[in-house]
Formats: sequence, C-alpha cells, structure tokens
Amino acid sequence: FLGAGGGNDIQWCFSQVKGAVDDDVAEADIISTVEFNHSGELLATGDKGGRVVIFQQEQENKTQSHSRGEYNVYSTFQSHEPEFDYLKSLEIEEKINKIRWLPQKNAAQFLLSTNDKTIKLWKISERDKRPEGYNLKEEDGRYRDPTTVTTLRVPVFRPMDLMVEASPRRIFANAHTYHINSISINSDYETYLSADDLRINLWHLEITDRSFNIVDIKPANMEELTEVITAAEFHPNSCSTFVYSSSKGTIRLCDMRASALCDRHSKLFEEPEDPSNRSFFSEIISSISDVKFSHSGRYMMTRDYLSVKIWDLNMENRPVETYQVHEYLRSKLCSLYENDCIFDKFECCWNGSDRQLTSFFFPPLCSIVMTGSYNNFFRMFDRNTKRDITLEASRENNKPRTVLKPRKVCASGKRKKDEISVDSLDFNKKILHTAWHPKENIIAVATTNNLYIFQDKMN
Amino acid sequence: QDAQEKDKSIPPERAEEAKLKAKYPNLGQKPGGSDFLMKRLQKGQKYFDSGDYNMAKAKMKNKQLPSTGPDKNLVTGDHIPTPQDLPQRKSSLVTSKLAG
Repeated sequence: FLGAGGGNDIQWCFSQVKGAVDDDVAEADIISTVEFNHSGELLATGDKGGRVVIFQQEQENKTQSHSRGEYNVYSTFQSHEPEFDYLKSLEIEEKINKIRWLPQKNAAQFLLSTNDKTIKLWKISERDKRPEGYNLKEEDGRYRDPTTVTTLRVPVFRPMDLMVEASPRRIFANAHTYHINSISINSDYETYLSADDLRINLWHLEITDRSFNIVDIKPANMEELTEVITAAEFHPNSCSTFVYSSSKGTIRLCDMRASALCDRHSKLFEEPEDPSNRSFFSEIISSISDVKFSHSGRYMMTRDYLSVKIWDLNMENRPVETYQVHEYLRSKLCSLYENDCIFDKFECCWNGSDRQLTSFFFPPLCSIVMTGSYNNFFRMFDRNTKRDITLEASRENNKPRTVLKPRKVCASGKRKKDEISVDSLDFNKKILHTAWHPKENIIAVATTNNLYIFQDKMN
Repeated sequence: QDAQEKDKSIPPERAEEAKLKAKYPNLGQKPGGSDFLMKRLQKGQKYFDSGDYNMAKAKMKNKQLPSTGPDKNLVTGDHIPTPQDLPQRKSSLVTSKLAG
C-alpha cells in the first residue's frame, strides 16, 4: 500500500470535521451528496432533510504556510421539501440526491440540486452593501412623518455585514415518472441531463416547461423489465456525448447527433462474465452505482459493489484497470444481502489535478481514484504506481498536520496487531460520498452525518 | 484436511449463495432479477383505500382501529392506515448540524 516512503506519495492529514458529535443520528442529518465547485473555493453538501450547506475556503493566509485555508459555512438553505403526489399516491422524499455546480459566469454562484422528482437551479449571491439615507423612511424602516422632511438627499450605498442569499431561479419539475439518480451539466454550459431509473431527459437551463427525452428503456410490458439506469454523465469535452450505466454492469455511450432518441447506443462497455462464477449475487454486485469521466475525457471510471473499474473509451470489451475495494466482503455476501448493505450505492471520484496535467497523448503525472467503504474507511488507488491505501475518517485521528495512519483489514487467518478483522467492521458506518478538490490535494469525505476534510501535508 | 480442500474449491460467492438458499428456500429462481427492480421502482408508493378505511371505521365505531406497530412503513394485509399513522412529513425547519 502507499507507504510513508516515496517522494511523490501524498501524505494525508486531518484538517477539519463538520457535524454533530453525538452517535444518535437524526434521519435528516444523513449526508447524501458532496461536491466541490469548479474552483474548489466552495464545497456543497446535501442531506436527507432536503438541506444544502455550502462551505467556503478561507483566503490563504500568507503567514500560515503550513496549511491551506479552512472551509467555513458560507450559506445554508432548504432546497427541497417532502411532497405527496396524491394522484399516484406516492410519497416524495426531500433527500438531495445530487448537487452539480455551474461554472461561474458572474459574481453569483449557481448550482443544480435534485431530489427524486424535481431539479432546482439555485443562485447564491452576496450582498455587502445596502442603501441608506432614504428621505421618507427612518433607518429602521418606519415611515417618517412627511411634514418633518425639510431637506432632500440622495440615498447612498454603505457597507454592511456580508449576507449570502440563496434563491431558487428555476424549478424543473414533472418530467420524471421514476426516481432521479443523476444530473449532469453539459460542456456547452447551456443544457443538462437528468436520469431516472428508466429515462434520461435533456433540459435547457433557461427553460423549465419543456425537456427532451433522449433515452427511454422502459419495456412495453413491465414484466419484461430486466435492467434499470443507475447513473449518467455528460462527456467533459464533447457536448453531444454522454454515458449511462445500468444495474447489469453495462455502460452505454450515446451520441445525440445520431438520433433524437438515443435508444441505440454508439458503444456498449461490458466485461464478459465467467459463467462458471455466476451466482445469485452476481447481478446485484455488478450493478454500477456511479460513473465518472476522467477530466481528459479519455477514460471513465465505474463503481460496482466490490470494485472500481477504469475503462478506455476506445475499448468496449473490458476495463483497462480493475481495483478491488473490499474483496474480503465476497465471502460475506449472504449477510450483506440480509441486512441490505449489498444494495449500498458507493460513489467514486478522480483526483483533481488529473485535469490540469492531461493532454490526449501524455498521461497525467498523478492519477488517483478514490472511493468509500465500510467502517468509515475510504480507499485510494494510484493508477501510476499501482499502490493503494486505506484510510479512516474518525474523530480519533483529528490532530491537524499529523499524517493519517493507513488501515488494514484482515480477511482471514491470524489478525496482526493494528489490523481489523472483517467481522469487526461496522457496516452502519459507510462512506458513500467523497469529493476531490479540482486543483489541490484536498478531499471531502462524508460519513453518515459528518463531513471530514483532509489535506496533504505541506512541507 | 479433506473438508478444507473442499472449501477451497467452492468459490466464496457460491458458498454464500448456498447459505442464503438454505435460509430462504423459496427465494426467487431468477437471480437478482426483476423483484429488486420492481421494489426499486415502487419506492415511495403508499397504499390507502378510503373505502376500506371508512368501512373499518364504521364497523369499529368507538373502538380503535388496529395500529401499525413498530414499523410504520410496513404494509400488511390486516392493517388499514389511519391519518394518525402517517409519519410526520414536515420539512426540517431546523438548520443542518453541519452548519452549526
């Protein structure tokens, strides 16, 4: 695993933890999504209670050269509320499934947040001045007696304490019969897609009363249903290309120039299965829970229950790399099925600097992928060195600037000191959501109800 | 020695499958098939029949309707949901603890 040695290995240190300390977790506080904005200055979280909290990185303090700016609360608002669809007798959760930031075009910040049925475009803007010196009103808002007004003055803007306001600018509703699992903004920055279990829709950010259906896998007879859409994403550079993953472990790449309804894929990515290995669990654990393009757009990464796979867009018949996240769980599938953990949807992410140093011909100097596991463990795989590491998000490790100690799970046999046996893992402590700063080695890791921020040790 | 060797030749997934089938012999023939998918698609679906509810109310008169018991989300044949059973779906007016 990634050890302390090696000049280029990242040494992760605890930076901050947000959230309540107590073990009694309220449903509403369960974190359901984490996302950095394009500059990394803002970090948004969504939770089961429909709330969004945005943190802002402090400006770097020139005197504090040993650490990057801390993230402090910038804005928080209620994005979605619980609803009941009386016509369909359907309860609609307020849980925020995904947040995606728009690139910044002016002083305000924009993000899309979605629950199972409705996507909203939120504008987050700052107000740091207010007009003062009205003629007809006092400073506290009371109206002045007009007979006391003897002079006329022009109100002026004066500084005030910074106020950050969030307002919903667009509501994209009533376009999804099934539950939305993904939203993805197109590289044209004008359109975006939303995907539910059976359909994918294309929207224009300015238009809320119409969306185009671009994928529909609903069978004529629902008895024939064999697979559902689990995730979808637009290609980072090619505005007509997107991919969607399925519960059967396949990924389809579609080109919107080919036809209005992209029911026929342009490429189908699928790893052949060894039929002798097939079991009751095979399909369930092959279901893809997340798909993410690399920043270059040359590769994509998928996460299934036990592994992370890297696919080259030019090769459909198998992934180019496979990384085992927690292979020791393969001999625990029976109990993981019984406690429903086998259906947990883990996400995955690429390191940020994968973006800047990449061109089509030269691989990035540093390419690392990260994903979560149980017991509040999370894993990183360095694609160049082929080394991997397991770290833990825990308040016990919270001494800033102390390098995190790697963890090891003992699959079988004699447990060494400092190792943890599979049977001692806490399956209620799952890390489903992680995010990597787009430029720096700063990561955000969400446990059930806490948000951890780790940074690499700066020398 | 022999038992150990036998274990080694069975892939762990198959051994787990055998365990599961031993516990639940009636588990569907289709491996991981459309049962899961239909359950996924039906998430959030609530069942309420106003006819049943009113009939039960009329029959019971002063008595209480049978209550849900601990798991309010479980839909069983005997129980008819009442407005009292519906979980409070008020939105969180409390600020997130992440912001605290």
